[in-house]
Amino acid sequence: MRSDFFLLICIAACAALYGAAAALGNDYVFFAGYVVLQYVVLSTAWNILGGYCGYVNFGSAAFFALGAYSTIAMHKLHPLPIPLLVLVGGVVSGVVGLGMGYLTLRLRGAFFAIATLALAVVLQTLVVNWDYVGGSRGAYIVRPETLAPFGPYIRYLFTIMLLLAAGAVTVARLIERSRPGFGFATIRDDELAAEASGVPTLRLKLVATMISGALMGMAGAPFPYYIGFLQPSSAFGLDYAVNSIAMPLIGGTTSWVGPLIGAVLLGSLQQIATVTISSAVNLLIVGCLLVAFVIIAPNGIVGLVRQYIQHKPEDFVGRRKVEADAPEHAP
Amino acid sequence: MSQLLEIERLGKRFGGFVALEDISLSVAAGERVGLIGPNGSGKSTLVNCICGTLRNEAGSVRFDGHRLDGSTAHQRTHRGLARTFQLPRPFASLCLLDNMRIPLLYTVAARGGGRSAPDIEARCFEVLREVGLEDKARRLPRELTQVEMRKLELARAMAAEPKLLIADESMAGLTHSEVEDIVALLKRLNEHGVTIILIEHIMRAVMSFSQRLIVLVSGRKIADGLPDQVVRDPDVERAYLGQ
Amino acid sequence: MIFSFDLLVNAVVSGILIGGFYAAVTAGVSLSFGVLDIVNIAHPAFIILGSYTAYLVNTTLGVDPILTSIVLAPAFYALGAAIYQIYYVSFEKRGQESLRGLAFFFGLLFITEVSLVLYFGVDYRYVEASYIGPTWHFGFIDVPLRIVVPFLVSLLLIATLQLVLTRSFVGRAIMAVAQDQLALRLLAVDPIRIKRIAFGISIATASLAGAFLIIIQPVEPSVGREYIGRVFAICVLGGMGSLPGTVIAAMLVGIVESLTATFYGPSWAPAVSFGFLLLTLAVRPAGLLGR
Repeated sequence: MRSDFFLLICIAACAALYGAAAALGNDYVFFAGYVVLQYVVLSTAWNILGGYCGYVNFGSAAFFALGAYSTIAMHKLHPLPIPLLVLVGGVVSGVVGLGMGYLTLRLRGAFFAIATLALAVVLQTLVVNWDYVGGSRGAYIVRPETLAPFGPYIRYLFTIMLLLAAGAVTVARLIERSRPGFGFATIRDDELAAEASGVPTLRLKLVATMISGALMGMAGAPFPYYIGFLQPSSAFGLDYAVNSIAMPLIGGTTSWVGPLIGAVLLGSLQQIATVTISSAVNLLIVGCLLVAFVIIAPNGIVGLVRQYIQHKPEDFVGRRKVEADAPEHAP
Repeated sequence: MSQLLEIERLGKRFGGFVALEDISLSVAAGERVGLIGPNGSGKSTLVNCICGTLRNEAGSVRFDGHRLDGSTAHQRTHRGLARTFQLPRPFASLCLLDNMRIPLLYTVAARGGGRSAPDIEARCFEVLREVGLEDKARRLPRELTQVEMRKLELARAMAAEPKLLIADESMAGLTHSEVEDIVALLKRLNEHGVTIILIEHIMRAVMSFSQRLIVLVSGRKIADGLPDQVVRDPDVERAYLGQ
Repeated sequence: MIFSFDLLVNAVVSGILIGGFYAAVTAGVSLSFGVLDIVNIAHPAFIILGSYTAYLVNTTLGVDPILTSIVLAPAFYALGAAIYQIYYVSFEKRGQESLRGLAFFFGLLFITEVSLVLYFGVDYRYVEASYIGPTWHFGFIDVPLRIVVPFLVSLLLIATLQLVLTRSFVGRAIMAVAQDQLALRLLAVDPIRIKRIAFGISIATASLAGAFLIIIQPVEPSVGREYIGRVFAICVLGGMGSLPGTVIAAMLVGIVESLTATFYGPSWAPAVSFGFLLLTLAVRPAGLLGR
């Protein structure tokens, strides 16, 4: 199926979703749905670098918050309509992703992962100390009550996130089926062999980091309007970090379907759960699920479904470990 | 005859350990060169330095008239270098066909002249056929035997359409007739203009294949000449028997 | 910024003392990451666990926290050994340690922190001991005892660890397993068992580091997070697996953090070690005493 056709189907699905939500008559659906859709974008974005290339980003919250805070900064400088803010958030996060990637992607994946953790903390410290965007006190954004033709403002935000989610999924699917998708897979499988086969690994990794970061920033840009009052602790929140990793890993990392399934399932569960149980228990469950899936079902839900359909146990496709593997530098 | 590969005074250390010292050699376009030496003599390190997987501290490598120092491994592959890894490193999540696709998409395409998708697919099958793996084109590497994995390594290097192919122990574990098949395959490649450096322990194959033989011991080159003369060299004998 | 010589010297001294403590915190990671190449980002969570176990015993039985942590170290060792076994079977054997292994430890970090929140709440906890409170004065230099004692015991811990790694058979096997597993097998030593022992020791150090932490400052579950970057920064800066390097790097980081906090304000301190990390990775990934 060609990508533009797929995008059309996505948009049709979005319209259907919107219609269904509106029919339910309760605006809470839009509030909850916004969060789930946000996670669709975040997980899909994470998976482009994590699932396709094999580079773990622990700092999803940082890119998300960058998007949110560039909105706040722009709001004070020169208010813009949200779609433009989304673009700004994407550009800012993309550029930061590129910069960080340039510093760390020439090193092993483990160092990149640790560096992303570092980035999150450094950025949070910077924001907390930057009074222009409110610092630790937080920043208010006054949002209108309604916006025609949507009615309640939340419906407008929901639509934006819906379109972003459709876009993110389309981009992921496009990448998967194109030459970069093959390139990313070789980086994940064996970077040394990829280089030897002519794959420009650094360039591809930088591209993946940029796209991933930009998408996360775009997801964060409307957030101040959703939440009204933005504090660093909520923008840089723990739940973003763990969910953007747990959702793709639980859903399945090898295709665009996995993060979507993971985000919808886990996101919805969490929205239901926050009403009934505390957010701490919520996060505990996510953490346990993550560990359980990673050990027992490494291919995620997508993998389990494939296994069920093919009626044979699916061994995980990992690099074949030869006993007494000669170390890299063996003469 | 123009020298395709020129290595001048190459040196590589790992901390205090000297892996290669003062290696100088050259390979002419179209030659068939054998590289032998005891385990640990630095053969794979030399390959890694030539291909850019490792950086050499001393000396220089020239390929096709260009200095390679500073270029990345993938850039060297684009220029026409290809190698196999001593321990095969297939792309585990891609089927054999897709393993062939990678060099075609990235190396051959980079040299210009884009091919259409059906052309690429046909070429992938062709390469797999050369090594006898086209039946398993849609299988994953983990389903292959060790021997088939080595053939896959070779096929993937061939798919990059190199000017110089370095085959690092591609024949380990093969039967007598399989060894002959691979030697014949490499000779065919050579007839089509591919310069080949063969690193092997199977002396039968090395002797029948090589026009020239280079011997590496403890990181130094101790012999470089016609195969018949090199094997009678007393230094070489001492290196192999006296170890 | 009010610059005074007193302030400067005090900042440097307290930086050195804290640095000693940081070295103990990092020692475990030097072992698991520097030597075994396992990216255990959950290590700070185990340290916080150590803080809470010391706290529990201290408040219920009144036992000195450092003593508690030494007594409980074998339990932490067992925990570490068990975790390594799961890690090995699920990830190392399959060659999946880079993505799923990392996610595994991340999950453990979360589970530990959130469980502590659920059980103990988010209030700060602190312990009581005779050396928490008094401060020694050397002229204009103030040295709180609650930092000196952990500093001294930290150095003792590291010295012991270094001795074990360089003199004992198990210790040398641990250092060897990083370099040549095949050679170990030829000596009839199971590399997996050695790695399990090493990882167990790594987590056991967390028990002690946790006790040091709660002596120095009050602890609540999320405190561990600011140590993640610190610990890896020091490990990389110290040359990955070199304990002497770790000590030097830890003191360096401690001094810079202390100076930053004194002259620029404490809210900038977390960024210091992380900034160090990014800089080190970009400029000299082999660390100060690079191998």
